[in-house]
Amino acid sequence: MSAAAQGTSKAAHGDVAPKKKKGPGALATAYLVIYNVVMTAGWLVIAVGLVRAYVARGSYHGLYYSIEKPLKFFQTGALLEVLSRVFLTWAVTHSVREVQSEDSVLLFVTAWTVTEIIRYSFYTFSLLNHLPYLIKWARYTFFILLYPMGVTGELLTIYAALPYVQKTGLYSVTLPNKYNFSFDYYTFLILIMISYIPLFPQLYFHMLRQRKKVLGRTEDYSKVE
Amino acid sequence: MDLHLKVEVLDAKTREQLCFLDKVEPHSTIGDIKSLFYKLYPRWYPARQSLTLDPKGKFLRDEEILQSLPVGTTATMYFKDLGPQLGWTTVFFAENIGPLLIYLLFYFRVPYIYSDRCAFTSSPHKVVTMACVCHTFHYLKRLIETIFVHRFSHGSMPLRTIVKNCLYYWGFSAWLAYYINHPLYTPPSYGEVQVHYAMVIFAICEMGNFSIHLSLSHLRGDRSRGRRFPAPSKNPFTWLFFFVSCPNHTYEVGTWVSFSIMTQCLPVAVFTVLGFIQMTVWAKGKHRAYVREFKDYPAVRVAIIPLIL
Repeated sequence: MSAAAQGTSKAAHGDVAPKKKKGPGALATAYLVIYNVVMTAGWLVIAVGLVRAYVARGSYHGLYYSIEKPLKFFQTGALLEVLSRVFLTWAVTHSVREVQSEDSVLLFVTAWTVTEIIRYSFYTFSLLNHLPYLIKWARYTFFILLYPMGVTGELLTIYAALPYVQKTGLYSVTLPNKYNFSFDYYTFLILIMISYIPLFPQLYFHMLRQRKKVLGRTEDYSKVE
Repeated sequence: MDLHLKVEVLDAKTREQLCFLDKVEPHSTIGDIKSLFYKLYPRWYPARQSLTLDPKGKFLRDEEILQSLPVGTTATMYFKDLGPQLGWTTVFFAENIGPLLIYLLFYFRVPYIYSDRCAFTSSPHKVVTMACVCHTFHYLKRLIETIFVHRFSHGSMPLRTIVKNCLYYWGFSAWLAYYINHPLYTPPSYGEVQVHYAMVIFAICEMGNFSIHLSLSHLRGDRSRGRRFPAPSKNPFTWLFFFVSCPNHTYEVGTWVSFSIMTQCLPVAVFTVLGFIQMTVWAKGKHRAYVREFKDYPAVRVAIIPLIL
């Protein structure tokens, strides 16, 4: 934008500067690209780990142990992630050992893994301004299956943890105590499960609407955004 | 020469014309326009109408006169439906009657709350009774103030807000009442001393809060001298006005802090913290409004905590 043109528009709007859409600076872009590449790589590691462990064992029991470390690292490292993911990993799956061999764990870990690989690839390519349509399509289509899959896995895992939590009184505080407070983790988990009922459909339909909006306009777009 | 104005009302979102009023007296008020609009659209009673001159602008007050507004011979206004409304008095009443009664249910250990053998028993600890007296007094005071003292600015509040507010206040009072009146309640670590000091602070803060409410209502009632900002009076409790814009909130925080100390109950402390955050938001808003409106607003004043916040 030439200086003369800027001067004109400034005069037209009084002393309000015209709003320009600013993209991230070079440094910020570099950081974000590296971050997303690392996240993609991390989730790929987990995916590869899962496949290898399956091949080695011949079954998918005990799969959790093989990917436990990178899973914990990449899950906790992604502070931008939705709170439920961190909660599931630490407060449920990690804390209740008996749950770690459950098939439901495999269910949600697989769902998250695939989702995240697609999602971070999507971000990486977007940042580099070269987004293949395939990635965009994948991001807005795979969720249709992966969301319910992940939610089912999460709910089943929490459900599986319940008897152990009740028996051991994990993370629970009982009366009497100096600060006159109590917390029942068992009841808390049940409330969390109930909260999925209003939350999940909202998220799901939001994603469906997004899909219609984003993929519906493919005729106007070429490969490059 | 026809001195009448024309008013057209458009929907703020769709911009479609909802009504066109011919031959409107120039000294009509917004309230009059709302009444006329209500005749055409009976489900939108005046209290749920928001009329603005700009789709995104602030709504016009009912008392505003058409003539004084920056409009030509045809005034274009934008309408927004504020949803079902309830009077402020009703809202405040509902918000405060809940905690008052709910706490008493727990104090008297009504059946099904605690174990059967504890039903209708009373706690051996004096502090539990004192806490009940304080809590009940606090909400009785609020109810009385709602009826006799407060003068509210707008007439109403949307229905969804009242449901949300009641859930919050009623829920929290149930939660903290449960622990204070529990058979396994543990009295404060420093015993009587802790309880008595806390009660003194509680009493001071309640009196302070009441004084400020009185002062504010006198300010609002006294229209003859135009708009003025609140100032300290002969009542020492109002001297907090030297330091803060909203001493009523300051005192309220003090009340709940003292109640937390008196009961040594974590849920009460949680409620106090949340209340403090909310009241700080309100106080900051009010403070900013005062500073904007009054050029001679005292510079030393801050929103809620003297010299700090």
